[in-house]
Amino acid sequence: MSKITCECGHVNPEGTVLCEACGKPFEANQHLNNNKPEQLLNMRYDGSARRSQTYQRTFIDKTWNFFSSVKIGVSIIIVIVIASALGTIFPQEMYLPPGSDPSTHYKDQYGILGQIYYQLGFHNLYSSWWYLLLLAMLGISIVIASIDRFVPLYKTLRKQKPKRHPNFMKKQRIFGETDSGNIDYKKLKANLKSKRYNLYEEDGNILAEKNRFSRWGPYVNHIGLIIVLLGAMLRFVPAMYMDEFLWVREGETKQIVGTDGIYYMKNKDFILETYDMEDEGNSQFRESLQKQSAPVPENYQTNAVIYKRTDLPVVPGKEPELKKVKEAEARVNHPIPLENGISLYQASYQLNEFSSMTFKLHDKGDEESNYGEFTVDLIEPKDEYELENGTTVKLERYFPEFELEDGEPKQVSKFPRNPAFIFEVDAPGEEPEVSFAGIGVNIDASGNNDYKLGLTNFETRDVTGLTVKKDYTLPIIAVGAAIFMIGVIQGMYWNHRRIWIQPKGAGVWVAGHTNKNWFALKKDIDRTLEGTGIDFPVDQQEEKDAEERRKDDGIISD
Amino acid sequence: MELSAISSNLLYASFFIYLIATFIFGATVKMTNEKTNKKLGNAGIGLTIVGFITQIGYFITRWIAAGHAPVSNLFEFMTFFGMMLVFGFIVLFLIYRITLLGLFALPVALLVIAYASMFPTEISPLVPSLKSHWLYIHVTTAALGQAILAISFAAGLIYLIRQVNQEKATKRTRWLEFVLFALMSALGYIVVASGFGAADYKTVFEAPVNEQMTEITYEMPAIAGPNDGELVTEGAFGPLFETPGWMQGVNAPVKFNTIIWSLMAGLVIYGLLRLILRKRIAKSIQPLLKSASPRLVDEVSYRSVAIGFPVFTLGAIIFASIWAQEAWDRFWGWDPKEVWALITWLFYAAFLHLRLTRGWEGERSAWLAVIGFAIIMFNLLAVNLIISGLHSYA
Repeated sequence: MSKITCECGHVNPEGTVLCEACGKPFEANQHLNNNKPEQLLNMRYDGSARRSQTYQRTFIDKTWNFFSSVKIGVSIIIVIVIASALGTIFPQEMYLPPGSDPSTHYKDQYGILGQIYYQLGFHNLYSSWWYLLLLAMLGISIVIASIDRFVPLYKTLRKQKPKRHPNFMKKQRIFGETDSGNIDYKKLKANLKSKRYNLYEEDGNILAEKNRFSRWGPYVNHIGLIIVLLGAMLRFVPAMYMDEFLWVREGETKQIVGTDGIYYMKNKDFILETYDMEDEGNSQFRESLQKQSAPVPENYQTNAVIYKRTDLPVVPGKEPELKKVKEAEARVNHPIPLENGISLYQASYQLNEFSSMTFKLHDKGDEESNYGEFTVDLIEPKDEYELENGTTVKLERYFPEFELEDGEPKQVSKFPRNPAFIFEVDAPGEEPEVSFAGIGVNIDASGNNDYKLGLTNFETRDVTGLTVKKDYTLPIIAVGAAIFMIGVIQGMYWNHRRIWIQPKGAGVWVAGHTNKNWFALKKDIDRTLEGTGIDFPVDQQEEKDAEERRKDDGIISD
Repeated sequence: MELSAISSNLLYASFFIYLIATFIFGATVKMTNEKTNKKLGNAGIGLTIVGFITQIGYFITRWIAAGHAPVSNLFEFMTFFGMMLVFGFIVLFLIYRITLLGLFALPVALLVIAYASMFPTEISPLVPSLKSHWLYIHVTTAALGQAILAISFAAGLIYLIRQVNQEKATKRTRWLEFVLFALMSALGYIVVASGFGAADYKTVFEAPVNEQMTEITYEMPAIAGPNDGELVTEGAFGPLFETPGWMQGVNAPVKFNTIIWSLMAGLVIYGLLRLILRKRIAKSIQPLLKSASPRLVDEVSYRSVAIGFPVFTLGAIIFASIWAQEAWDRFWGWDPKEVWALITWLFYAAFLHLRLTRGWEGERSAWLAVIGFAIIMFNLLAVNLIISGLHSYA
């Protein structure tokens, strides 16, 4: 370690560009901040000694330097931006219509481009290993880049002294010399104080500083980001996160998945309301509703009863003893909270699922005849139904949802949306007859049946689809987001301003620096110098600009 | 008069007030007398504030008439976005007093508001997922953030026109012309759409959509017809060619046709201007911007990002996540709108890092401001209209 001892007596760590105490530029290190003799000083991180700029030998140094580079950080951001955009060209797999097969869907819907998209794995881009790797790299970059800058900057700003080296003063963007000796220091200090500057003095040299805390904004917001990323990572821990789905029919009571068998819910009623054009309360929407080809939904709601099992611990197979906890409504935007951070969200529904069907046995040629009726419960159908006249109807097969394929019934799903049955009718003393009955179909298997089963009645009910969600990472992510907001506001809405004032001979030198918003700094300086006898300093950068423009721009300005 | 009618009249009024204010700011360009200039600037900003208050009147009356915050479809959102653009401009004008900013920011706001009125303007009911207080908390903050960020585009554009060397044609001059052309295409779309709308133009096609014959109605002459479509309206114009088959959905051919019309109209406007001016548009404007201090304009551009970025984060990322958690049971779901909000956010984060630590000021920063605005517009329009997702409310 080769420390640098400044002429002011301060000992600086290796790699320091500007003396921590007096700001003197150290000749040997000016290249680290790209400082050129004819230019103004680059004031980034106040010329402090950053590890990444100082050590570049070992593997660790090189890794550190790689991730601490803002150029690399921004490059990672740009790659993430491009990758994220690619993921929106076609829908992600999770947004495909239910039941579609991604291996054919992309090709069928989007042709060859879709096929390529699928084969590159872009249909699951945001959970791909390389996308997560990019996010992880960004996280590492944020941590290393912040440490690399924060620590030396913090030390330097703490060690700064009011008395600055002449080369530091002269090479500030805002700089001015006043020769007259008639200067009202008292008024100057009062002015600075009224502008809420903190004053530090050393042998008549003044440092006026305000809002140093805004320099910590970036580091604070980076801490917030890291917390958010860590929180998001925790979702991979099963105990922290749960995402289940629950279908409950009206009237049915079901165990709530993911609650270890402790909670049950009953679906008392599922409600779908649509906007009624005739309703006076909706008169303002009439014009819009008239244009719609389909009714516009107004509300999806499940009226639920939540139960808790009391006979704990749970014995498998034992009928649960339930105690009502509460009645609650699940609506979109209004989930039902259970204990332990679990919530039920209204997510889906199925209207008018059949719950029961009633058939009547009659003569094939005579609809009026009646040998008895029976009702099939579609959730728990019986194997046999006894009619009043002694006939038994056996349920040979049950198709909850069927389609006819080449004259043969085929099961489509296990949900009773379009049920059909194969019945065997056993009348006393007669040959058994087989028939196929459903909605709008009634097929006589042999063609010689004497009896026919006619549908006389049916009942329907709705089914609600709820997600059961638990996410213990939410508080962590919320804290991270809050810290981020505090940091970003602290860094963006305030700015660090410093004004140095140095008596020189009979007159005085003034220099000023801010990390951003030079416009406001200049206004501050102009106002504080008013009536103190000090000349207004100039913006040396602005002067240089004007000169350059005159030289090569073609337009003469200002 | 009915409340909703009062509301739309207030919107018209504010539009024209902004228009007049724009001309007043335009008049300052030629003024060399500083005193008159200041007076004109005051008149311009005064009128802008009057227009802004008028538009707030529109917003409040429509809110009352609808029973919900009028930010629930593209018309309402874009109108609000235009209003926030004006607000952002007022704030930055009061800080920096650059009259030129009005000449660029107000036309952008005017374009946005006019563009908004091309979408269905009736008051529409809220679907269940939108019924939440977060509708106005999230949407208004997100719009405000985007609008302040858009001011940086206006300032960036001033910077570029002022600073890009126009002596000979370069890549930069061409891109700059392209940016101006894009703005004119937006204008062109408004002109064409209102023209055919006023004439009540309609052409009906029948075409297979998802293997079903569907009626597709064009409200502009069909340059690009539906894929395998059959013209139903007799004697109607077109189509000159068919929309490619990979553009999916009922509305894809109509949208494609609209884009062609906008670009053509933009080309016509641009071409006419070029013919009249006989030089690059930016080159013709450049001398008028002499009075602007590039460093100050650059600072305005940067300052708007500095102010807008936290607001955008809060509205478009954080409030959005809270609402998504409540409505869709997850705070983040990689829906296209969410992804593009993230892209916008990352892009401006990169903008700030490049500026603060790598010294990307001036022209580079101005180009980034232009790209940022393009991303915002893409998220606003393309993601709603082209990429389907949970946010396709219009």
